[in-house]
Amino acid sequence: MKSVSRSPFLITMLAFGFAFLYLPILLLILYSFNESRLVTVWGGFSVKWYAELFQDAQILGAAKISLTVAAITATLATALGTLAGLVLVRFGRFRGRTLFSGMITAPLVMPEVVTGLSILLLFVALEQLIGWPAGRGVTTITIAHVTFTMAYVAIIVQSRLTQLDGSMEEAAMDLGARPAKAFLLVTLPIIAPALVSGWLLAFTLSLDDLVIASFAAGPDSTTLPMVVFSSVRLGVSPKINALATLLVLGATIIIIGAAWFMHRQDRDRDRAVARAMAEQKDRE
Amino acid sequence: MSESSLPAAHQQRSLQQKRIVPPNPEPVIVIDGVTKRFGDFTAVDDVSLTIDRGELFSLLGGSGCGKTTLLRMLAGFETPTKGRILIDGQDMTDVPPYARPVNMMFQSYALFPHMTVEQNIAFGLKQDGMARDAIRARVAEMLDMVELSALGPRKPHQLSGGQRQRVALARALAKRPKVLLLDEPLGALDKKLRERTQLELVNLQCQLGITFVVVTHDQEEAMTMSDRVAIMNQGRILQVDSPHAMYEFPGTRFVAEFFGSINAFEGTIAEDGLTHAVISCPDLDAPVYVNHSVPGYEGSTVWAALRPEKITLSKQPPADPARNVARGVVEDIVYLGGDSTYLVRLESGRRIRVALQNLTRAAEPEVTWDDAVWVSWRPENVVVLTS
Repeated sequence: MKSVSRSPFLITMLAFGFAFLYLPILLLILYSFNESRLVTVWGGFSVKWYAELFQDAQILGAAKISLTVAAITATLATALGTLAGLVLVRFGRFRGRTLFSGMITAPLVMPEVVTGLSILLLFVALEQLIGWPAGRGVTTITIAHVTFTMAYVAIIVQSRLTQLDGSMEEAAMDLGARPAKAFLLVTLPIIAPALVSGWLLAFTLSLDDLVIASFAAGPDSTTLPMVVFSSVRLGVSPKINALATLLVLGATIIIIGAAWFMHRQDRDRDRAVARAMAEQKDRE
Repeated sequence: MSESSLPAAHQQRSLQQKRIVPPNPEPVIVIDGVTKRFGDFTAVDDVSLTIDRGELFSLLGGSGCGKTTLLRMLAGFETPTKGRILIDGQDMTDVPPYARPVNMMFQSYALFPHMTVEQNIAFGLKQDGMARDAIRARVAEMLDMVELSALGPRKPHQLSGGQRQRVALARALAKRPKVLLLDEPLGALDKKLRERTQLELVNLQCQLGITFVVVTHDQEEAMTMSDRVAIMNQGRILQVDSPHAMYEFPGTRFVAEFFGSINAFEGTIAEDGLTHAVISCPDLDAPVYVNHSVPGYEGSTVWAALRPEKITLSKQPPADPARNVARGVVEDIVYLGGDSTYLVRLESGRRIRVALQNLTRAAEPEVTWDDAVWVSWRPENVVVLTS
């Protein structure tokens, strides 16, 4: 093995970097097993805060609302974002394309406070004018989340479609599939990975959002980030540590799973290609 | 015409003379005054063309000449701005691609990456609502035809370039189209594989008797495979002919230069008789004598054109030094094994290409660099062009 010279300086910097990123999370996980009610004093190992967490109706309710909103948001944002991406790639240079493209991507750079406030004003005005949406709740949070997560999906789908060989869909039509069927049978399966990552991104963004949700939420629709934020203001309970630990655990499992899955696919592909090459050589 | 005097590459043309199924002169495609404009740009300019059933027809031209646009109009991906397209007697001008009795093999192959080889080939059959057993039988037959029976369950990314090309061909032929359109079918293959695949394509076309329309920019490929070739330039068709006629009787200097190489000398008609004509070219020492009458009148400008392999090179003066000769110095020799191309600089300063076969083994070639030589040619080998 080639030995790369590792200067002590670089190693120290690396250690500091990782410590800066992960030490707070490690501490948070550690203190979720703290016996003591005081967050900063170690009082022995215990899992009682997890037990309490699962009896806290407010947190469980908020988690349910958050997950519901995130799932609906991700699905709607994927559908709308895909359509927007398609329009941007496939419709050529139609009148107003630049404006459309700009309006799709604007939510990416818009300060969340502005998005949240403007959407709140819209809901209020709409309620006065046509009586819908009546009050604010899960529906309004979902609508607000779809408007800003859609932009991310549109961009992911757009970049995937740009890479896609345009003759693929033409080949399907040439073989007898009508345009809609060609899209469903050929284009959609090929861009499916982009749709999945778009969905996951939208889900995460929605689950994570505090600012916009605060503007669009009503009294009965407190999301998880809102609960965490308000309870921290009253004083951190180790329950929140336990909740955060579970969230970190969930994210870790998903990331490791995805990495493993992709690694396995790469390996299978490499093997299959090597096999095909070997057989081709034999044949010649 | 003596076949042996052609350069090696051109002798492959004998391929198309061995055809089992003689093309039946019954038109399957009629292109009638078709024009296609993209904004201000005219891609295809008033093209009329008839392609016969069972023919292997090539559209040959450089990039941007409109050959691919014409092919895409046959497939239905572009609609003509003007004119009509008839396939098998039916007006197809406004028929969408999925309803046309033609299939296309794409330059990029456009195989569906998420489907196996079998599913790719079955795709078109499924769209037609064919029974499952019939589909399975047809797919097996197609795989057998392209010798890929073992690779049916593979995905396209698990195949080599040559294998992908075969899958694309099998997929396009699975529906037994009336016409198969091939867009640069051999463009992505390396030279060895390309030569072998040319042969296979021609054999396959003979067996199936399906009309093939091939788009290519490679004149050698067009020459090797086609029954007839159309040469296109700037959206127009310049000449439609068999490879042989196109090579020996080109209609214009562009065609002559594009289809093989040629030496063209500008001159004026000095004498025009019923059985002969004399052209005087300022770049040549002696007048050019042709043993047939030429189009035009005395004094009009023409070009006397000579294929490199139809010129003789010698150190001694030829029998009749008064006509069809020129003197020069060998400037460069391109040795190609079977034959060599000599670049001779004439006294007028013009360079002329002469191709000679290396018929005998010799340590030193008879004619070498800086030799003073005579070039001469027979009167029947001069091509007289008016444009």
